[in-house]
Amino acid sequence: MAEEAKGGGLEFHPMDQFIIKPLFGDAGDQVGMFTITNATFWMAAAILAIAALMILGTRGRAVVPTRTQSVAELAYGFVYKMVEDVAGKDGLKYFPYIMTLFLFILFSNFLGLIPMSFTTTSHIAVTAILAMAVFLAVTILGFVKNGASFLGLFWVSSAPLALRPILALIELISYFVRPVSHSIRLAGNMMAGHAVLKVFAGFAQVAAVAPIAIFGVVAIYGLEVLVSAIQAYVFTILTCVYLKDALHPSH
Amino acid sequence: MATETTEAAAAPGMPQLDFSTFPNQIFWLVVTLVVIYMVLSRVALPRIASVLAERQGTITNDIAAAEELKQKAAEAEAAYDKALADARAEAGRIGAEAKAEVQAEIDAAIKKADAEIAARTSESEAKIAEIRDGATAAIQDVAKDTAEAVVAAMGVDVDKAAIAAAVDARVKG
Repeated sequence: MAEEAKGGGLEFHPMDQFIIKPLFGDAGDQVGMFTITNATFWMAAAILAIAALMILGTRGRAVVPTRTQSVAELAYGFVYKMVEDVAGKDGLKYFPYIMTLFLFILFSNFLGLIPMSFTTTSHIAVTAILAMAVFLAVTILGFVKNGASFLGLFWVSSAPLALRPILALIELISYFVRPVSHSIRLAGNMMAGHAVLKVFAGFAQVAAVAPIAIFGVVAIYGLEVLVSAIQAYVFTILTCVYLKDALHPSH
Repeated sequence: MATETTEAAAAPGMPQLDFSTFPNQIFWLVVTLVVIYMVLSRVALPRIASVLAERQGTITNDIAAAEELKQKAAEAEAAYDKALADARAEAGRIGAEAKAEVQAEIDAAIKKADAEIAARTSESEAKIAEIRDGATAAIQDVAKDTAEAVVAAMGVDVDKAAIAAAVDARVKG
C-alpha cells in the first residue's frame, strides 16, 4: 500500500485518522493507560454533546417542548419503544443502560463525521468492550433470571429429537459469535466509511479527477450520515434482542 | 502534516490493531460510559419521563374537560329543545282554545240568527196566509156581489143563498 501511494506523487494515508496519539506532549510519546489522547477528547465531546441535548435541552421541562427538547424526547421515545417492543415490559428496567449505549454510539458516530475529528467507535477496542459488556450482562442476567432453564435457549424443543444436539451446537456457536459480529459490524462500518472518505479526498489532489473525487466525498459523506444513525440503531436493537433472549429464553 | 507522515511510517497497518493503545481506550471508554449512565439515569431520563407523563396527564385532563363541556352543551341543547317544544305545544293549545271559543261564539250566533230567521219566516208566512185568506174572502164577496148584480141585471129573483153556494163552489174549484 505504501508503494502504491508513493506512485504519482500522491500521498494516501487513509488509516492515519485512526491513530491514537496523546493530546498533550510530543506526538511520539508512549500512550499509557491514563494518557489523555484524542480518543479521550472525543469521548468527552460525546459526553458533553449528550449532556447538552438531554439536560440543557430539557431544562425548560415544557409541556409544549422547544425544538431541542423535542429532539431529546424523540430519542427517549425511540429507544424506550424499541426496548418495550423487542425486549418486552420487563426489559424496561434496563432501559437506562440501553439508552447509554445508544446515545454513546450515535454521538460518537456523528462527532466522527466532523472533518478532522476522530471516531472513537471505529476502534475495535471500543466496540469490543461495548459488545462484551452486552454479552456478559445478558448471559449473567439470563442465568440469574432463569437458572439452568436459560440453557433451553440452545435446546430447540420444536425440532425433531435427532436434530436437537446438532441444532444445540449451532445455537451455541452462534451465541458465542454474537459479541464478535456485534462489535466488528460497528467498528468495520465506521472504519471503512472514513477510510473511503479519506481515499476520495486523496484523489481530489489530482486536478483531472478532482470534480469526481469531490462529488464522491459528498456522496460517501451522505451515505456515512445514514450509516452512523443506522449502526447505532442496529447495535441497540440487537442489544434488545439479546436481552429478550435472556429474559424469555424459550424459542 | 509532517509529523503525521512520520508517525504513519512509525505505525504501519491498522491503528485499530495497535494493542499498546487498548488499555488507554478501554479505560476512557469505561469512564465515558459510567459518566453518560450517571447523567442519563440521575438527571436526564427521570426528567424526560416526568415531562412526558405530565404532558400525557395534561392531554388526558384537557380531553376530559372537553368531554364535560361537550356534555354540558348537549344538555343545554336538550333543555333548549324541550323549552321550544313546550312553548310550541302551549301555543298550539292556546290557539286551539281560542279557535274553539270563537267557534262556539260563531255557532251560538248562527243558531240565534237561524232562530230569528225561522221566527221571522213563520211570522211572514202567517201574515201571507192571513193576507191570502183575506184576499180569498174579498174575492168571494166581490164575486157574490158581482154575481148578484149580474143576476139582478138579468131580471131574475135574487136568491142570495143559491148564489153564494154557487160562487163558493166555483171559487173553490
